[in-house]
Amino acid sequence: MKMTAQEYARRVQKAGPHSPLLADCLWAFCVGGGICLLGEGLRQLFLRQGADAEAAGTLTSCTLILLSAVLTTLGWYQKLAAKAGAGSLVPITGFANAVVSAAIEFKAEGRVTGTGAKMFLIAGPVIVYGTLAAVVYGAVLWLLGASAL
Amino acid sequence: MNYLWAFLIGGVLCAVGQLFIDLTKLTPARILTGYVVAGVVLSAVGLYAPLAEFAGAGASVPLLGFGHLLAKGVRTAVAEKGAIGILTGGLTAASAGITASLVCGVVCSLVGKSHDQN
Repeated sequence: MKMTAQEYARRVQKAGPHSPLLADCLWAFCVGGGICLLGEGLRQLFLRQGADAEAAGTLTSCTLILLSAVLTTLGWYQKLAAKAGAGSLVPITGFANAVVSAAIEFKAEGRVTGTGAKMFLIAGPVIVYGTLAAVVYGAVLWLLGASAL
Repeated sequence: MNYLWAFLIGGVLCAVGQLFIDLTKLTPARILTGYVVAGVVLSAVGLYAPLAEFAGAGASVPLLGFGHLLAKGVRTAVAEKGAIGILTGGLTAASAGITASLVCGVVCSLVGKSHDQN
């Protein structure tokens, strides 16, 4: 079936309407904090293996993405998301979940116009506006640097 | 201590996202986009680097950290390469995360089954 952003939102916060704000936030806090705690454990592991801070951060993100992809394929991440809301959405694992779940859901529409295109339903705007903000920032930095010469 | 701060800061950043979901009904796509852009802005004004120093993965794992990564990349590239860095810096820094997600997406679509959404 078609999964629009709204539909995804509805699923993510399925537990939402009946549960109070505080319980939602507590779930988000604990699950989101837990994912970050796992990330910190991985980061310390990579640092101990001799990776520099930048490489350790990159390896941590990629490991969490891989983990999220596996759990999404098994259908477990969605179950967690129903309870955790933003706790499973805001970490990088939520970004990976958005890409992977769309890739799987839309495979019936074909490799190119299904999986290939619909993977970007949520990832697309994130990348577009993130890049745009970075370009604006870079241009400001460059102009400030050029005017200081 | 590293672990405690990673949990607390990461948890707070997610709880704030939950407030946006419950109180504003913003869609996940808008929240994720907002977090990344906010990360770029917070990094640009110099607030995010100290947080990342202090909270480690608690700051880098939430999508704000993705924005911080974009901003850090463009800052380094402009300093090293000049104007061309405006265009290359952001996505170069973010390339690993984006590539990993896209590759995982395609590979998982080969093995994964669509789940009934109802």
